Amino acid sequence: MDKFSYVNATSLKQVTSLLSDSRWGEVMVIAGGTDLLAELKEYIETPKTLVNLKTLPGMNSIKADANGLTIGALTTVSDIAMHPTIQQHYSVLSQAAASVATPQIRNVGTLGGNLCQRPRCWYYRDETVNCFKKGGDMCYAVDGLNKYHAIFGDGPVYIVHPSDIAPALIALNASLKIVGPEGDKTVKVEEFFTLPAANLIRENILQPNEIVVEVQVPAPNPNTKSFYLKAREKGAPDFALSSVAAVFEMMGKTCQLAHVVLGGVAPAPWRSPEAETVLTGKTINESVSMNAGEEAVKNAQPLTDNAYKVTLTRNLISRAAMMAIS
Amino acid sequence: MASWGEASQSRLIGKRIARLSGKEKVTGEAKYTYDINRPGMLYGRILRSEVPHANVTAIDLTDAEEMPGVQAVIPLIEVGRKLRYQGQEIAAVAAETDDIAKDALRAIYVELEELPFVATEADAMAENAPQIRDDWKGNRSNPSKGGQGDIEAGFAEAAVTVEATYHTPVQTHVCLETHGHVVEWTDEQNLTVWASTQAVFGVRNDLARRLELPANQVRVITEHMGGGFGSKFSPGVEGLAAAQLSRMTERPVKLMLTRKAEHLVAGNRPSMTQHVKAGATRDGRLIAYDMQGYGTGGTGGGAGFTGPYVYHVPNIRTERTNIAVNAGSQRAMRAPGHPQGAFAMDSLMDELAEKLGMNPLEFRRLNDESEVRQAQYTLGAQEIGWHKRKSVPGSGTGIKKRGMGVGSGQWGGGGGANTQARVNINADGTVEAITGTQDIGTGIRTAIAIIVAEEFGLTTEDIIVKIGDSAPGLPSGGSGGSQTTASVAPVIKTAAAKAKQKLFEHVAPLLQAHVDDLRIGTGTIYVASDRTKTATWHQATGLLGQETISEGGEWDRELRQGGVAGTQFAEVEVDTQTGHVKILKIVAVQDCGLAINRLTTESQINGGVIMGIGQTLLEERIMDPMTGRMLNANLEDYKVPGTYEIPEIKSIVFDTHRKVTGVGEPPCIPTLGAIANAVYNAIGVRIRELPITPDKVLNALAEKA
Repeated sequence: MDKFSYVNATSLKQVTSLLSDSRWGEVMVIAGGTDLLAELKEYIETPKTLVNLKTLPGMNSIKADANGLTIGALTTVSDIAMHPTIQQHYSVLSQAAASVATPQIRNVGTLGGNLCQRPRCWYYRDETVNCFKKGGDMCYAVDGLNKYHAIFGDGPVYIVHPSDIAPALIALNASLKIVGPEGDKTVKVEEFFTLPAANLIRENILQPNEIVVEVQVPAPNPNTKSFYLKAREKGAPDFALSSVAAVFEMMGKTCQLAHVVLGGVAPAPWRSPEAETVLTGKTINESVSMNAGEEAVKNAQPLTDNAYKVTLTRNLISRAAMMAIS
Repeated sequence: MASWGEASQSRLIGKRIARLSGKEKVTGEAKYTYDINRPGMLYGRILRSEVPHANVTAIDLTDAEEMPGVQAVIPLIEVGRKLRYQGQEIAAVAAETDDIAKDALRAIYVELEELPFVATEADAMAENAPQIRDDWKGNRSNPSKGGQGDIEAGFAEAAVTVEATYHTPVQTHVCLETHGHVVEWTDEQNLTVWASTQAVFGVRNDLARRLELPANQVRVITEHMGGGFGSKFSPGVEGLAAAQLSRMTERPVKLMLTRKAEHLVAGNRPSMTQHVKAGATRDGRLIAYDMQGYGTGGTGGGAGFTGPYVYHVPNIRTERTNIAVNAGSQRAMRAPGHPQGAFAMDSLMDELAEKLGMNPLEFRRLNDESEVRQAQYTLGAQEIGWHKRKSVPGSGTGIKKRGMGVGSGQWGGGGGANTQARVNINADGTVEAITGTQDIGTGIRTAIAIIVAEEFGLTTEDIIVKIGDSAPGLPSGGSGGSQTTASVAPVIKTAAAKAKQKLFEHVAPLLQAHVDDLRIGTGTIYVASDRTKTATWHQATGLLGQETISEGGEWDRELRQGGVAGTQFAEVEVDTQTGHVKILKIVAVQDCGLAINRLTTESQINGGVIMGIGQTLLEERIMDPMTGRMLNANLEDYKVPGTYEIPEIKSIVFDTHRKVTGVGEPPCIPTLGAIANAVYNAIGVRIRELPITPDKVLNALAEKA
């Protein structure tokens, strides 16, 4: 990695002011570092200054009350996975967190970092490849090897968003708080992520001088059922080939409201209104859940090596729906 | 005639005995080459090609040399020469810190004229492909042809035939400890090298020759070593570079490969593609085998594989070709040529059996001339519960389908006359066993202690085993070909026996007995004809006074034997919705002659099975046709088995005789075919291309539907 100066953050104000004069990548924030350190070592990122957020007080706690959850961005992935209230009432979130990487990584990786992590694409992660995401003029996955790449999102970049936690949060209708020099704002997690058509280089709406500080999850309806299902090649540690966060508000056996969000298949967490439409108002059974899977992948556009993801995703949606209600 | 004695008489040999260095390894006390740090040591790094094929038109080291903290920079390729694969060495630096060395690499100026390249076998064989070797036409070597019998007559006799193409990709060794050395010139003429190697004396001789030193002025030390699997027999470019940097700077230098370099340049198992047509008679005899195959070993050759394998075929015709691609070269890898050949052959056997309507195990029995394996089939089938196997493939109900499969293997491992050893008995009762072999994780250190302790009536902890060092001048061969135990054990055994005899000569007067009447008890020496006459070990050695008994040994051929057979059975569960293959159980029945240490023998079998699982389900060097680069030169996308992939492994040490035979390689061979056949049995669709990943399973199921 290149040399950089290292600043321990003392306040959010200081952080945003350190960030505010910089261009992308000049000043960067670090928390768990499980993603950023690898990028520094591979010279994918070469910041002049790193601001350590872990010295900020009070940003690593989980508050659970009748209104829902408030989770600081510095909360570790393992704290989310192990939290009793989250396990009990937000199981999709604890399951998603528990599926991340390895215990070692979960113990240092943070919520904010998990949401803001960069793609795992093997072209993007190769210093010598100058692709769209690094200001180049092509996505190598299109004509190259694309087994792990996107089947949704319409390109022109075919990375997949690697977060497990993001699909779960979107399915739970969560919001996140962003702090910048002008103050803070709250957006839906779903609206936080962007597709390549909107921004080739970044995966979310953050400006260079903004950071994510908190996630708020509304308390689910008491009759909510949820499940996070992740398919990978290797038990651990491995990123999702495809994953499904399913959250259903039930009335008796009927699904009143369905949220189905996919991971590992698009450049952003991928909400599936097609699946949600099929499931809403229905008694969820094998045939309904299969139908939801079918509908969800109808508009998938696989590349040369990833057509299997269409089948896989279809099957996962169906299975996740059945697991959620069981 | 020399023998290891009866099993009933053995106190230690053949028992399950904890590894001598186990505690040090678990606690981190064990010092691997990576852990060696010398006073004043510099850090070495190598600049490598990032392009697959190029002419080097200029190199300028000046900026790197002038960086503060950089002590030496050397070119490793001349201007005007060609770089022929990603990772090829360009220059090396030595600096005060590893970080400075890394920065210095980026300050080296290299000008290249990039050349067309071929990254895959398909690209290499394509019409109008760039020619990457002047001496091969179309990037193909001249075919090597083989055969026996009459292939046409064979097929004429066949009642059924199968034609299929089987493929295994390039697999890299993934040594936990990467290749590398710490080198230190003790003066201008004497070099000490800590090497992560499988061949202490090989590295010594090679470095001495290249540095133009007398061999005895190079000392190589390998106390503990983190895996080689066939890739660590020579100092390599990195070892020589480290020695040169150290000589220039007059400072010790540590130069270990990065994980990326390890994948790119430190060897691999070549790929295999074989088109095979084979026939069997109605009564289930293999009758004809016709195969054309190729593989790539990188820019060179070496892509050999076995075929036919294990089973008897009277009529054979084969043709094998090497394909050149711009990628790092193959090296020997655990049972070179066998696992990939076994995968193809065992898949083929099942395909033929199905056409014949025979149980694949029965079909094997009819065509396997090995009596050992015949017995292993019976035992393995019992252990896995073969009678529960569904005879109709894919006939299981439900989403997750189970299946069973079987595979076979063979190996040599009889050792050779390459080892000198001494066993010393000191007057204070201490015992040393000294030889220049190396423990590459197989447990030879413990095996040596067991043999000596058995001979002397002591415990393994009583024996000081000095191995992994060339300084005592007792050479031994490299640890390859599963030869170490069968090479070393007979020499240690005969040396210990001679030393014991010498000790008896001292003790005989004390016990007023004839030497031939003396026996070893537990910590004692006693008189066979009058067991009241005994001396403790320390009383006996106390008689030595100023003397030390020091005896060498011979490689007594009667104490070892080559040739082992193995069979494995797999039970798998395939998730037909996700394409995920979960291995439920592997039964590995491995013949290995006399197991000096049953525990480490079982560990060898476990390790072989795990490596086989990796090759079957996960591992693959992925070369990008667009950039010519390896896309997964890391441990994220190059996937090796973790705890979730490792099933219950029932390792059965199959005793066949009481002579020592190596068992390092053979247990990784039958795993591939056993799993692949089990997957077929589960889902009724055959995957002929490894690794069997979810995409392949889902695609195959979709094609079937």
